[in-house]
Amino acid sequence: MVNGSSSTLKMTGASLGYNGHAIVRDADLVIRSGEIICLLGQNGAGKTTLFRTLLGLVRPIQGGITIDGRDLTRFSPRELARYISWVPQSHSTPFPYKVSEVVLFGRSVHLGMFASPGQRDRQIASECLELLGIGHLAGRSFTELSGGERQMVMIARALAQEARFMILDEPASNLDFGNQVRVVQKIRDLGMRSIGILMATHHPDHAFMMASGVAVLEGGRLVQAGSPDGALTPEMLKRIYGVEVQVFDTPPNGHVGRKVCAPVVHGHGMYGNL
Amino acid sequence: MKGISIILLCLGVLATGLLLSLGIGRYPVSPAQILAWITGGSGLDGNVPLVMLQIRMPRLVAAVAVGGALALSGASYQGLFRNPMVSPDILGVSSGSGFGAALAILLSLPAATVQLMSFAGGITAVLVAVSISKYIGKGRDSVLVLVLSGIVVSSLFGALLSMLKYIADPLDKLPAITFWLLGSLVDIRPMDLAVVLPVVIIATIPLALVSWKLNVMSFGEEEARSLGVPTGVMRAVIIVCATMVSASVISVCGIIGWIGLVVPHIARFLTGPDHRLLFPVSFLFGGTFMLAVDTIARSAASVEIPLGIITAVAGAPFFIWIMKQSSQKSW
Repeated sequence: MVNGSSSTLKMTGASLGYNGHAIVRDADLVIRSGEIICLLGQNGAGKTTLFRTLLGLVRPIQGGITIDGRDLTRFSPRELARYISWVPQSHSTPFPYKVSEVVLFGRSVHLGMFASPGQRDRQIASECLELLGIGHLAGRSFTELSGGERQMVMIARALAQEARFMILDEPASNLDFGNQVRVVQKIRDLGMRSIGILMATHHPDHAFMMASGVAVLEGGRLVQAGSPDGALTPEMLKRIYGVEVQVFDTPPNGHVGRKVCAPVVHGHGMYGNL
Repeated sequence: MKGISIILLCLGVLATGLLLSLGIGRYPVSPAQILAWITGGSGLDGNVPLVMLQIRMPRLVAAVAVGGALALSGASYQGLFRNPMVSPDILGVSSGSGFGAALAILLSLPAATVQLMSFAGGITAVLVAVSISKYIGKGRDSVLVLVLSGIVVSSLFGALLSMLKYIADPLDKLPAITFWLLGSLVDIRPMDLAVVLPVVIIATIPLALVSWKLNVMSFGEEEARSLGVPTGVMRAVIIVCATMVSASVISVCGIIGWIGLVVPHIARFLTGPDHRLLFPVSFLFGGTFMLAVDTIARSAASVEIPLGIITAVAGAPFFIWIMKQSSQKSW
């Protein structure tokens, strides 16, 4: 959807938090168009603070965050929405809007204060639904969809925003195994459309499946750790999650091989003493 | 196209209601006489033009305006607070208006001043609620803080009103205050309409213009901001305009509950959640409902029945039925 020049989102030595109290320090992060960065970290590591800062809802305490060299705090909310779209983790509305209407909401940033969406906006919204393979949901009520379908609609809405960067907050959580893989596949496709993606996940496997880079939130610090294959070693995973994890290569059986991780479960369970 | 046919249907029902109510009252006018009056035909009873123009028409127009305005205001607040259980007095407009009017009645001020003070009281209450939420609400769930501030302000003005009623002369002033608080259109004059209607219309225009953006806000303020909607501006527009609309009609009719809560609800059944359609249909439906209520109020008994009593008696069972319906499907 985004055409032309590429963009860079850059965070250098930033402190993030509320009321002068830093939750994340020394945050370094670079996202370029077409890159998919997976953000890993424990619950409560500061992910929400990072996202709220990038969305302009919280000002960084210190340090610079720039988009194409321009300071984030100098963007108006409306300008920022043209650069960064957001797929929230939970999404609810008390009113039963149709899926096609929900996706149209993504067009708000391109409409004046008093305007309603027109033919072109409808066209774009419907293209976004088709692109994610959920065109058949257009006439359904959003509140009646399954979790996986809602997630796809939220991604379609963000896509309709035509922003250069997309932030996704654990888009695959609460989904069954098949839907997780489908969502990961679709996000991977978006990366090929030269959108810069920052996606939080609790599954290191997602990073192996799709990411071009990994960022780690750990101990109040945000570190860009390089490519998933290089960064997500058993040692690193132990540091992040505090549990033993083994990392294997899958055999290249027709597909390109990749790494997978398998947590080590100790103990004397049902099968442990066979 | 579906939207236009719903609006036309509502217009048709409203027009029928107007024609029927024109004939009903202390001085019954037959449909033939109404037709003769409208078309300027022959055989017209000499009193009919006077009854129509001076008495009945202003009152019918006022009923439609009041019902429509309260329903529109309710629909706006429900959209802003993302809650179909919200009524227009959530930020204290009714108790503020009631206090203002009661104070004016207590001081034996003329009718126009009672209206002005009621309007000022309603606006003041909402301003106080918004100021409290601004003062407290830094970095918290601001919608929740706003609602709680509204409850505080409502209760405060409610207490002040009770004090006025307590010290009011029980033979003269207290009945007047009580009657005002229950709502009535008995004292409506064409002059009142000339003041109130422009306010309602002017405040309705911005609401109509931002109605699509209000749809976008149904996913919450933070999400709406990430979608590029200036939520602060939106909130200000909705609160200011919805309050203007409700405070201006309350100032001429007193406090009439239920309409602002129930009518948008029923309209939503018909239209779905899109505010671009919900707003006009709420207005038309609220106007029709109020027209029916006011016709009952002025013709069912030998004395005027206060409107607030009828809307509550009719609204309560209706609302229970709706809750039963909507427990089976989403709002």
